[in-house]
Parts: sequence; C-alpha cells; structure tokens
Amino acid sequence: MEQYLNLAIKAIFVENLALAFFLGMCSFLACSKRVNTALGLGAAVIFVQTVTVPINNLIYNRLLNDGAMAWISPGLAEYDLSFLGFLCYIGTIAAMVQIVEMTLDRYAPALYAALGVFLPLIAVNCAILGGSLLMVERTYTFGESVVFGFGSGIGWALAIIALASIRERLQYSNIPLGLRGLGMTFVLSGLMAIGFMAFGGIQL
Amino acid sequence: MTAASTKTLLDPLFESNPIALQVLGICSALAVTTKLETALVMCLAVISVLALSNVSISLLRNFIPGNVRIIVQLTIIASLVIMTDQVLKAYIYEISKQLSVFVGLIITNCIIMGRAEAYAMQNGPLDSLLDGLGNGLGYSAILMATAFLRELLAQGTVFGAVVLPKVHDGGWYNPNGLLGISAGAFFIIGLFIWALRSWKTEQVEPEG
Repeated sequence: MEQYLNLAIKAIFVENLALAFFLGMCSFLACSKRVNTALGLGAAVIFVQTVTVPINNLIYNRLLNDGAMAWISPGLAEYDLSFLGFLCYIGTIAAMVQIVEMTLDRYAPALYAALGVFLPLIAVNCAILGGSLLMVERTYTFGESVVFGFGSGIGWALAIIALASIRERLQYSNIPLGLRGLGMTFVLSGLMAIGFMAFGGIQL
Repeated sequence: MTAASTKTLLDPLFESNPIALQVLGICSALAVTTKLETALVMCLAVISVLALSNVSISLLRNFIPGNVRIIVQLTIIASLVIMTDQVLKAYIYEISKQLSVFVGLIITNCIIMGRAEAYAMQNGPLDSLLDGLGNGLGYSAILMATAFLRELLAQGTVFGAVVLPKVHDGGWYNPNGLLGISAGAFFIIGLFIWALRSWKTEQVEPEG
C-alpha cells in the first residue's frame, strides 16, 4: 500500500508531467486562458490517462514485450514485438478516446457537454502518450500503472488549473507588449516549475 | 526555385514560427535542450518525420475519407517515427537513450499533426515537402538557440567542448544552474518570443 501511495505522490508533485517533463505543453499553454476550460480539460486528462495507461501496460506485458506472448502458446514465446509499441499505444489512445466520448454521450450527456471539444484534443495530447511511454520505460506492474496513470493525470490537471488561475489574474497587470500572451505564459510556467521543485525528494 | 516556394520554405523561420507563433511542438522544445548534441539529433528526427509525413499525407490526401483522417494521419506518422526510432537506436544508441520517451513523442508533436492537417491535406506533395522542411527548420532554429544558451551557460560547454572553464574544474566561470533545470528552458523560450515580437510587432497578441 505504502509503495502505491509513494508512487502517487511522486507522480502528482515530484515528477509532474507538465512542469518537470514538459508533457502536454501545447494544450497546457493554449487552453489555460480560463479556469473553466482548464477544469474541463484537466478532468478529461485524468479520466483518459487512468484508463489508457493500464490498458497499454497490459498490451505491452501480454503482447509486445520480448517473450510476452508465451501465455497464448509456447511457440509464440520467441517473438519480440516491442518495436510496434508506438503504433499500438497511439491506436489504443485514439480508440479509447473515441469510446469514452461515445459512452459519455450516451450515459452522461451533461458531462459530455461540459468536456465537449476537449475529448478529441486529448488523443494528440503528449501527456497521455508520454504517460504510457514512461510506464513502459520504467517497467511498472499493472497495479503500479493504475496508480501512475491516475496520479500523473491529477498532477497535470493541477498544474493547468493553477496556471489558468494565475492567468485570469494577469488581466489586471501591465505586461510589456511583446511579452503579452504566449511569452508571459512561458515565464509563468517557469516560475511554477521552480515552485514545484520544492516537492523534489519528498518520499513517504 | 520560384518566389512562392521560397516563401513556403522560409516563412516558418521567423514570420510564422511553429513554436513562437503557432504554439506547436513545445514539449520537446523544452525537454531535449539541455545539451546541443541531443537537440541536434532531435531536430534532425523531427525535420525528417515532418517532411516525409507531409509528403505522404499530401500524396494520399484525395483518398483519405474526411471522418477517419485523424487515425490515418496518426498511423502514417507513427510508422515514420518507428522507423526513425529504429535508425537512432541502431546508429547512435547513447543519444537515443538520453532522448528516452521524446522520440516516441514526435508522434504527438503537434507540429506534425498541425502541418498535416493545415497544409498537406490541401496542397501538392512538392509544396508540402517544402512546408515540412521549412517548419522543421523553424522548430530547429528555436531548439538549437535554446540548447546553445542552456549548454553554454549551465555547463560552460558547446557540443561538449569546454568554452567557459568552470570554477570547480579550476577555471573562472561560475555556472548558472537555473538554466540547466526545467524552469530555465521556459524562461529562455519566453524571452525569445519577447525578442521576436519586439522585432516583428505584428505578432503581438491583442489584449484580452
């Protein structure tokens, strides 16, 4: 239990996907003008991340890894399909996003309307693919991948909501012309990254 | 080369830079720029994937049905990235290890999807090739400049060769640790955008 909690804390704060690994930066910078939009996108990322990372973990450990197919039949044990990884992960992500979209549309129209345009955007959000690739690189078990997917999603959502709140306040400040908009957002994210570094080395 | 194709090739350098103006492909721009060597490899990988994906998508543009185009584009791009990844692993294994997940993330690098969607789906293969090369160069220009500053000021080296001898190696330069960490990359790119927009004032964002 303790190891899972530790992993979650690490994924949320210490190794924040947005501020320590720069993943999902495009939507992080582009969709953070309003807190409401940031909330919607953050929720969608948590959701999709929690679903796709464990699924990709199963795909990697049961189908793609060296000798992973031994459970189907011993003759398949010698195959190593890990080079197909990228293609499978992105396929899973695109398919999952589509399924999530259809399910929400059918059973939770209110949530679907709220997330609206953000769901399709998520298929090309590199935080999602990055989460799956990091999971493979660090050889997490299935249980760990569930925790990691959920934690990293929360961390990303936290970062974008914080940035959006700061940017709403920025309307009242007088920024040099060329720095307005994108430039200032970069500087802000840099300051936030320094803030998040304070979490470095925290362990339970 | 005609004036129009020169424009397609060179405009993305300063006039419509993918990173500074179109807000595309920023993740990797920040993450791989601690050293010039990794940045250079990343740039070459992105330029080749971008040019090839633009050409192939442009060639197929009349056969791709509109409502499944995202999946088709992703599949083409993912296959190209797998090729690039295999080449990098075969020839420069050390650097490909340092780039870790970021080679794979070229798939979701929004420059590639963005240019496929905005340009290659409407234009012929030759123009798309130029557009791909141009945007790749615009991306590389920011990446290399950032990596140059970060490596020089944080480690006192350029491509691993010592330029500013560091204090603890017996030299005089006191390295700036801030630029070595993630926050430094944000600041440098932010300042680049400021400089670019002070020069080309029409890129300044309207209030609001």
